[in-house]
Order: sequence, then C-alpha cells, then structure tokens
Amino acid sequence: MMKTTLTPGQRAGEMSMENVCKTYGADVLTKEVLKDCSFTLEKGRLTVLVGPSGCGKSTLINVLAGYEKPTSGRVSLDGEPVTGPGPDRLVVFQETALFPWMTTFENVSYGPRVRKELSGRELADTTMQLLKMVGLEDFAGKYPSQLSGGMQRRAELVRAMINHPKVMLMDEPFRGLDAMTRSLMQEYYVRLFEEHRGTNLFVTSELEEGIFLADRLVILTNHPCRVKKIMDVDLPRPREFSVMGSPEYLDIKREALELLHEEAMKSFAAGAVNAADFLEAYSKMGEEQARPKAGKDDGEGQRVTRTGSAYENH
Amino acid sequence: MPFETPDNPGTQLSSVAQTWTRMKHWLGSPSPYLNLLGLCGFVAVWYVTTEVFNLPLFNKLPGPKATFTEWLSADPLYGISFYTMEYYQHIGISTWRVFQAFMLATALGVPIGLFMGWKATFKDYTFPLLEVLRPIPMLAWVPLSILMWPGREASIIFLTFLGSFFATVLNTLLGVESIDEAYFRAAASLGASEKQIFYKVIVPGSLPFIFTGLQISMGYAWFSLVAGEMLAGEFGLGYLIWNSYTLVQYPVIIIAMITLGVIGSLSSLIIRLVGDKLMQWKVREVA
Repeated sequence: MMKTTLTPGQRAGEMSMENVCKTYGADVLTKEVLKDCSFTLEKGRLTVLVGPSGCGKSTLINVLAGYEKPTSGRVSLDGEPVTGPGPDRLVVFQETALFPWMTTFENVSYGPRVRKELSGRELADTTMQLLKMVGLEDFAGKYPSQLSGGMQRRAELVRAMINHPKVMLMDEPFRGLDAMTRSLMQEYYVRLFEEHRGTNLFVTSELEEGIFLADRLVILTNHPCRVKKIMDVDLPRPREFSVMGSPEYLDIKREALELLHEEAMKSFAAGAVNAADFLEAYSKMGEEQARPKAGKDDGEGQRVTRTGSAYENH
Repeated sequence: MPFETPDNPGTQLSSVAQTWTRMKHWLGSPSPYLNLLGLCGFVAVWYVTTEVFNLPLFNKLPGPKATFTEWLSADPLYGISFYTMEYYQHIGISTWRVFQAFMLATALGVPIGLFMGWKATFKDYTFPLLEVLRPIPMLAWVPLSILMWPGREASIIFLTFLGSFFATVLNTLLGVESIDEAYFRAAASLGASEKQIFYKVIVPGSLPFIFTGLQISMGYAWFSLVAGEMLAGEFGLGYLIWNSYTLVQYPVIIIAMITLGVIGSLSSLIIRLVGDKLMQWKVREVA
C-alpha cells in the first residue's frame, strides 16, 4: 500500500444501511431522528444525500462513521458490521476539524503516524505528494489558522485520503465557504473523485451541488429522516459546470424539486417552525429554473450565481 | 491537476524583524505616550493630595517625594532602599515562596484538571469537592495551615499553593471541555488510541485555557502569599508591609507595595511568554 498510488479506488468498499432507526431520549421524551433508513453506497460511486437542513443528515453520517450506534437496524461495510469509528470510513466534517495545533503536514500525516503504518522518509514523501496534489506543498509548515477556508478543506480531504479509506463520508464539507471558493471546490472535488473512483458519500442541503456531483441521489424526508427516493444521475463524466444547462440535468432537478417541495409542504402542515423558510426557498428555486440557462460558455460570474444562490440559507 | 487558488500565501518575516516592526509601530502610535501620561497623572494626584495640600483623608500617607527619596537613598532612614541588601532579601524570599508554591500547584493542578476532563468518572468523584473547597477564602485556611505544618515557612507556602491550585485545576478542566467534539471524532476515526488522543488532542487543545488559568493563579498566589506573610512571616514583602506599619515606617509600605505590583506583572508576563512559546499556532494566527 506504500508508495505513490493514491487510489482509494483500489480499496473501494460497499457500505450499506438496513432499516436503521435512531431515537434520542427515553420514554415520553423520545425524538425519532432516523426512521427505517435503507440505502447502499455502491462501490466506486458517488452517492449524494439531499435533504432540508436539520433533517438528520449529520446523524446519518455519525451512524455510518460509527460515532453513534443505531437504535435498531444494521450498518455494514463490505458485509462486516460497523461497531465504531475507524480509518476505513473517514469523515470530512462540516466545519474544519483540522487540529489547529498541528501544521498542515502534521495534520495530513496524522493517520498513518498514529497507526504506525508509515514513518520517517516514507511518511514525509507520501504526505508531500498528497499536499502537492492539492496544491498545498508550500503550506506544509503552516497552521490551519493561516490557511484560507478552501485550503483547509483541501487539506482535510487529503488528511482522509492518505489513509486509503474504503469509504469517504463528506458531511456538507463546502458549507460556509464563499460562493466562489465553493464552486471551485466542487469542481476540484469532482475531478478528484473521477480520478480515483472511491466510494463516496456526499451530504448536502443544496440540490444543485448534489446533482452536479452525484452518480446517485438519495432524497431524504424531514422529521423523522427517511429515504424518500433514490434517483440515478446518468449525466456524462467528467462533469463540467455546463452540464447544469442540459435538459437531463433539468429533468432530474425538476423531479427532485417536486419531492423536496412535497416535504416542505408536509412540514408546513405539521407546523414546523422553519417550514415557511423552506417554502420560500423552494419556490425561488422554481423561478430560477424557469429562467433560460446559458449553454456552454460558462463564465466565472455565472458559475457563482448558480452555485451560491438563495436556497443555501434555510 | 490545474487548480488556481484565490488564496494568497502571504510573506513570513523572521521573528526578530517582526518584533522590530511591531516595536516601531508601537512607538509611532499614541499608546506608549498615553500609558506614560496616565502613570504620571496618578503620581501627580498622589503628590497633590498628600504633599501639597495634605488633604484630610491623605494626611497620614507618605507622598511620592518622601517615598522616592527613601527608595533611592544610599543611606535610607528606615533601612529599605535600592541600596540595601535587606530590600532584595525580602524580594528574594517572597519570590522564592511564590515560585515553589506556584510550581507545585501547576505540577499537581494541571494533571488533575486534565484527568478530570479526560475521565468522566474521575470528574464525578472530584468535581463537587473542588466546587466546595474552591470558594473558601484563603484567609480562612490560615489557622488550619498553621496547625498542620511545622514552622512558618511551610504554612506560608501551603497557603500560597492553595490559592493558585484551585484556579489551575478549574481552568485546566474548562480547557479540556472547551475542545470541540469534532477533534476527538477525527482522531478516533484516524485510528488514534486513547493515550494518543490524550497527548495529541487533550493536552494541546486545552493549553490556551491552561495558560489563562496560570496567569490568574499567579495572581492568587501573590495574594495568598502576602496574607500569609502578614500573619505568620518573618521575611518577605507582606511581612515588610505589616511590620513597617507597626513600626510607623510608612514610606516603606509604599515601596513594598509598588515592588509587589511590578513583580506581579513581571511574573504574569513570563507566563504569557512561555505560553506563546508553547502555542505557536495561536501566536501565528495574529501574525
């Protein structure tokens, strides 16, 4: 496993969740967060989970990563039940979780170092190679606070990749980045995925981002979180931003929007506090969709408006 | 992989150059002169109230002229000035007591606090005890500590130790609890053992709080020391203050007080410098 070959694809695993329920609290005070969730993260594919904010996506990730145990149901990786956190399933967190007291180099090399898999020269070479891959070789000695948001996210990506995980779990990793950096990171991430073909799970509350990245799209419901629908996204790879103008893309988007809108209506009927926000946000989505899209020439400016638009802020 | 970053690496200056630049900037700003003006203003008010008008509240106090004449005199009236060995003896003894007590408090308090934050069971045992003992004022411990320890020296150091110990424990514990859950999760995912998490996450992650705590506990140490020395001392600045009061050598009181203030600030500064040295990642954030 040593040398250069940074191909998580080699170790791509298949992860599945069967009838997973997760409730918090006890007796009268229980809160059902996940209900009967079943889906599979297929080998070497990028599965995207989309659902409204606060619907339990992070809980899902926590269960998959092994930080939390499901109340009932089964989570397995290549047939083996998941019992706790481990380097075969790595999470890239919402807010950066790079250790602020370690340099970029120390952060990225942390996994192999604590597991004593690599050391000395080999560790240094592998780490530097990865840093080079994400354009951070000049920042190896800097602390996370000296990096920009986008650089931190890239460092975190390679901190996970250096461990050759079977599955990468991305928990809204680009949230909080400015629109420009965000679209750059999306492009960057999709290239990285297409090159290595690892098993990836990407969680987002932004539908456009989700469809752009996905091989499969899992749409979640709100309160409790269940799988509403799984859609295959058969858009050509390598993905370009121009795909967002194609009729196939728009079809998928329309269908997904309808499902999400239904969810918003339901929570509205149920009197959820943020339901009004959903409605507003999703109706805006519809409006934008109606506008004519530019086909090929994808200017930087347009990219920004497309990826960082209104429904980001529920 | 072509990837343009909008990020700017920024240039890194050497630390000497940085200090020099900062120094020049500081001297060019109004703040050092305002600092000086504030101090001078205080001395002026002191002078006017005591030595010029001799106002009712202040007429028993020594003025700045009397104090500084005594302090700078080669042959001081009451035996304490920059030129007397005795002055440095008092300073040395007090500093040495604080040093021992503070080191002991740090050596015990930091590990106990870290351990409380690390192991929930240990915290369950100890936290209520800490919360009951901590608010007991140092002066309340004086009789017990005199009963407990043979000789004055040990009981003064014990009092000083207690003062700083509780603050250190509490701040260390808060430091561990301030560490974001995400760091523990990341470390566990990456395969770190419990011991590795302790050394690589808990210890560095709580350092900022620990050092804030040490500065506070250094303040408590001086506070408790002076109380202890006034009651049970034979030497030291606290003793000097009380003794000068009973002997009606008032300027010496002021000399000892100002000395305490200066040494207290210096010891705080030293802790801050050590902290900055250990937490490069925090310092560079600002740079």
